[in-house]
Amino acid sequence: MDAMQLLCWKNVKMSVMKKTHTCTIEHSKITVDGNLIFESPGETFQEFAKEAYKSLDLSYPKFHKMDQLSKLAFLSAETILKDEDHSRTAIVFANRSSSLDTDFKYQESINDQDNFYPSPAVFVYTLPNICVGEISIKHKMQTENAFFVLDEFDENFLNDYSAQILLSGKADKVLCGWVELYQENYKAFVYLLTL
Amino acid sequence: MRKEVYITDYNCVTPLGFTADANWKALLEGRSGVALHKIIDNQDAFYASMIDSEKLNEEFNRFFAQNTIDFTRLEKMLLLSLLPLVENHSISDDTAFILSTTKGNISLLKNQSELPEGVYLSKLAQKTADFFGFTTKPIVVSNACVSGVMAIAVAKNMIQAGKYKDAFIIAGDELSEFVISGFNSFQAIGSGPCKPYDKNRDGINIGEAAAAVYVTSCHSDEGRISQNEKFRFKFLGDSAVNDANHISGPSRTGDGLYASIRNAMTEANVSSKQIDFISAHGTATLYNDEMEAIAFNRMELQNVPLNSMKGYYGHCLGASGLLESIISMESALHNTLLPSKNFEDMGVTQPLNIITENKPAAVRYILKTASGFGGCNAAVVLEKC
Repeated sequence: MDAMQLLCWKNVKMSVMKKTHTCTIEHSKITVDGNLIFESPGETFQEFAKEAYKSLDLSYPKFHKMDQLSKLAFLSAETILKDEDHSRTAIVFANRSSSLDTDFKYQESINDQDNFYPSPAVFVYTLPNICVGEISIKHKMQTENAFFVLDEFDENFLNDYSAQILLSGKADKVLCGWVELYQENYKAFVYLLTL
Repeated sequence: MRKEVYITDYNCVTPLGFTADANWKALLEGRSGVALHKIIDNQDAFYASMIDSEKLNEEFNRFFAQNTIDFTRLEKMLLLSLLPLVENHSISDDTAFILSTTKGNISLLKNQSELPEGVYLSKLAQKTADFFGFTTKPIVVSNACVSGVMAIAVAKNMIQAGKYKDAFIIAGDELSEFVISGFNSFQAIGSGPCKPYDKNRDGINIGEAAAAVYVTSCHSDEGRISQNEKFRFKFLGDSAVNDANHISGPSRTGDGLYASIRNAMTEANVSSKQIDFISAHGTATLYNDEMEAIAFNRMELQNVPLNSMKGYYGHCLGASGLLESIISMESALHNTLLPSKNFEDMGVTQPLNIITENKPAAVRYILKTASGFGGCNAAVVLEKC
C-alpha cells in the first residue's frame, strides 16, 4: 500500500494511527494512561509544577528557569518520553493562549518608562514554540516540530498533520497534543502517535 | 500518487510597496525599508524597516472605503495583502485559511490589566477570516521566525491529507515596543543597517510586513488550476527540524538546519547540484549567519547563489519566511537574482556564493530556509513550472 492509499484509508478509519500513551495535566493532577500518578494540594500552578518535578524524580535544573507554559509541556512530555530513544519522534503541539502568560509578564516590565527593565530571560519565552525547544533539548530530539495556535483543541487537525509527518517518513512517532496555560488556567493533554 | 500542490498567486505589503510588483521594482533599484525610527519613548532610535502609517491608512481607506469595522494597524496590513488574492480566487468550504505570526496584535497589551481579546492569535485570524468570508476554522502557525516558511508547508501537508483543496496563507508581524525592547535586551539589534554574512555584521534590524500566498492542489483530471494563472510554482518538499541545542542561540553545528534542508531536498527528489538559488535567513547576528554557512556547506550548497533579504526588509519575524519566499519566486519569474544587500566582506568561516549585484539567471529550483528561537529551523523546495 503506498502512502497516499494508506492515508485515504486512514481518513476513513483514524484508529490506524495508534495512540500509545497519554498524559493529562489539569486541576493539580497528572494522569498517565488513565492512572492518576500525582496529585498536589498546591494552590498555584507554580507550586504544583515544583511538587510534580520532585515527585517524578526529575533531575534537570533547567526546569526551574522555564516559564509556566514550558513547565506544563515539559512535565507532560516527561511522563510519556521517559528515558527511551526519541531520535525519530516529532513534536506537534497546539494551544489557545500562545505565550500570553509570559507576554503579559514581559509587558509589565516595559509598561513604565521610569521602571523599564526588559529581561532577555523572560523575553525568550514570549514565543509558544519555546516549550517544544525545551523538550527537544532534554531528549536530544533533532526532529520535526510544529506549534499551532487554535481557538480550541482540535485532535483531528493535530492527528492529520502528524499523520503527514509519519507518512512522509520524517519521523516514526509524534508526541502530539494540547498545552494550554494562562495564569492559573491550564490543561495539558499530550499523547504519543505511531502508524 | 500524492497530490501535487502549487503556489499560483501572492502579494505583499511592506515599506517598499503595497503590491508584489511595487516591491520587485523597488528591490531592483536596490531600495531598502530600513531607516532610523523612534519606537520606544525616551530611548534612542533604532534601525528598523517600518511601514509609513499614513500611507498605510490612505491605501487601506482607498480599498476598504465602505469598511466600518475597527481594524488595528497589523490587521490593515494583512487585509491589504490578502485582498487581491481573494478577488482572484474563490473561497469554498474546502479552502483553508492559515495565518503565520509570532506576536500578532501584541501592542494591544500595553498598560492593560486584563488580556484584550485582540491579542489572542486565533481572534486575529478569525477576524480576518470572517471579513473575507472564509468558512473553515483558521489555523495559526506560531513557530517563531520559521513560521512563514512553515505555513506553506502546513498548507501543502493539509491539502495532501485530503482536508482541503486549496489554501490562503497570510503572514504578518508589526514593529512594536514589545519586540524591539526584547531583542534589544538580548543585545541582538545592529548598530546600523544590518549586514548579513558580512565580517562587520553586529545584529539584526527588526522589520514589519504582511504577505499572502494562494496554494492549490491539482489532480490532472481535476483542472483546478486555471490556465489563466500568471505563474505556477510546485511545492516539492519541506521539513522543520529542531536543533535540540539551545532555546535562544543557534546550533554551532547547524544540525537542525542541515537536517531540515536534507529532508526537504530528499522529499523534493532534488540534489544540491540542481538547486539554482537559496533564499537564506541571514539575520546578520554573528552566530546565526555562521551556523547557516556551516549547514549549507554540510549540504554541499556553498556554490549556489544565495542572498538574505534582511538588508531590504529587516527581520519581519513571522512574516519574513513568507515574504522572502514571494521575493524568491519573483526572482525566478524575472530571471534575476538580487544581491544580499549591505554585504561587502566575507564574514563567515565557510564559503558561500553570496550574490553581490543584480544578476540574470535561469531559476528552476529554489531552496528557502529559516531559523529561529526555540531551536527551530525550516526549509522548503519550490520549482518554477
